[in-house]
Amino acid sequence: MSLQLVFDALALGGIYAVAALGIALIFGVMRLVNFAHGQFIACAVFALIVPSTDALAVLGLGALPAPVLVPLILLIGAGLAVLAEALVFRPMRNASPVALMVGSFALGVALQNLLLALYGGRPKAVSLWAELGQPVQIASASVPLLQLIVIAAVAVILAGLALMLRKSRLGLEMRAAAEDFTMARMLGVRSNRVISGAFALSGGLAAVVALVLVAQTGVADVRMGGQIMLVAFIATVVGGMGSLSGAVAAGLGIGAASALLQAGLPADARPFRDAFLYGGVILVLLFRPQGLFAPVGAKPRV
Amino acid sequence: MTSQHRIRRRMTATTPVVLSLLLLLFVLAALSLGDRAMARMAAETLIRVTFVVGFWVFVGNSGVVSFGHAAFGCIGAYVSAWLTLRPEMKATLLPGLPEVIAAADWHVLPAAVAGGGVAALVALLTGAAILRLSGIAASIATFAFLAMVNTIWANWTSVTGGTSSVVGLERYVTPWVALGWAVAAILVAALHAASASGLALRAAREDEVAAAASGIDRYRHRLLAYTLSAFFCGSGGALMGHFIGVINPDGFYLGLTFLMLAMVVIGGVGSLSGAVVGVLALSIAVEGLVRLEKGISVGAVTFALPPGSQEIILAVAMILILIFRPAGLMAGREVMLPARWVAGRASRET
Repeated sequence: MSLQLVFDALALGGIYAVAALGIALIFGVMRLVNFAHGQFIACAVFALIVPSTDALAVLGLGALPAPVLVPLILLIGAGLAVLAEALVFRPMRNASPVALMVGSFALGVALQNLLLALYGGRPKAVSLWAELGQPVQIASASVPLLQLIVIAAVAVILAGLALMLRKSRLGLEMRAAAEDFTMARMLGVRSNRVISGAFALSGGLAAVVALVLVAQTGVADVRMGGQIMLVAFIATVVGGMGSLSGAVAAGLGIGAASALLQAGLPADARPFRDAFLYGGVILVLLFRPQGLFAPVGAKPRV
Repeated sequence: MTSQHRIRRRMTATTPVVLSLLLLLFVLAALSLGDRAMARMAAETLIRVTFVVGFWVFVGNSGVVSFGHAAFGCIGAYVSAWLTLRPEMKATLLPGLPEVIAAADWHVLPAAVAGGGVAALVALLTGAAILRLSGIAASIATFAFLAMVNTIWANWTSVTGGTSSVVGLERYVTPWVALGWAVAAILVAALHAASASGLALRAAREDEVAAAASGIDRYRHRLLAYTLSAFFCGSGGALMGHFIGVINPDGFYLGLTFLMLAMVVIGGVGSLSGAVVGVLALSIAVEGLVRLEKGISVGAVTFALPPGSQEIILAVAMILILIFRPAGLMAGREVMLPARWVAGRASRET
């Protein structure tokens, strides 16, 4: 029972961490709270199936073998995010963070309704990699194979990103831009390259979340990115806006809290799990308004 | 120089009057067209004015975008429904209500005020936590608040009816009732904006550090504006419920949040007039788009926009406004009578 809980917490927390990282990367380089991130996830989900408003979903790209499919969906997610940056956020480069946030909210609504028009409003059943649902026995717990793959994939992604941010030139530039964008530009960091790079990474991470969601739930729904985006936002705030490691830690923490609440709450209170979760977050913020891992640059300077 | 200042003060005082007259003209124009659909559209628009002006009291003065105000509408609508529905109906529909509320059979006006009052109380309690955060983090926390209220309302079936709608609300909201509330909201918003607290809040919006150095306690003024704005969003929600006759938690969720934000952004968040103009402009545009979605027959050909295009067009319009005219249609200006008209006595005195 308790080992089972550990796996649940890790898998859920891992997904939340990846989603939170997608939000924090963009916030880091351009102070944009991306309200369209949930729709990036939904778009990557719907890229799997052929556009039609019929109730029955026909797999399009989703029918491809996994070694082709996974990179392709990641590319689609990244491409969509880069396109959104070029069309919407680049013209708004000098706008205030509040205006950027409202703009991303509008972009999210536009994308959602575009999906609604193309695919219809009803959730559709999509069976992607159904064979991964079978349980594996580990000590006392029986864990779905998918959960193990998710945990492993999240670990690989986080390690890869950490390596990239520390070792590669683009990673170095991104960290510099997150620290002080104006100063980084003066020292020869090209802003368009860094920002496009951050969007591409963020879109790729959204696509990872999308694949995991579809494989877990077996459903494609226009609204499916919304809830996870909200959790990701909360994780970035709790972790301290702009701190990447803070976002990952908070994402894992919220996933664990969520799994614990699901197991620990009495049955009548279980539907309200998310309400308890959000209430808890507001409580945490009461004591640490800057978040748990606030970066040095977060305080306004006079 | 004082007379210059006095003229300026008088001009500012004319803003709510001019806006109220504008809304009166709007109602008269809509009613004189004689169409029942137009009368409904006018009433709905004025309810939105109540809502958006309430929203603006906080967002416009504090500069913090709130995603949570739709939740106050939800609270107001349900409180009003709890207080006005017939007791025998409540016994079957909402068996979990406490004794006092289950027996209540209030008149609609105090119920709408109570709806606003409860929303304001919730705002006071949650705002005390949320508004300690910095601007962007506070916005995200309001979003969490919205999701929290929606989760509770959708699952607490014995008290809220859950995701199935609560029906049978008395439909008393005519364009005139809505006009009354809209004018009240505009008056209060203008009074608040001109008050010491409103000024202090706008000062803190422009320069947090300088305002703090001048002894302004930003948190207190924010909380006051948040509570006040929740009152009008709550009563706006009550009006909305009694206008449609059916309420549902999802009617007060992201769709309404988007509409309110779009109205404030397109009209211009910098001024009260911007909020009102935004509501009028968008309501007329939405009405036109809805009719286009239903289809318009030109001769033998029916021409219709695909469903959902209304939101897409609004969202694109919003992005274009943000890129090309970031201050909105009114660009932060207020509508007011020209100086000549109000100067009269003041200029003779000097």
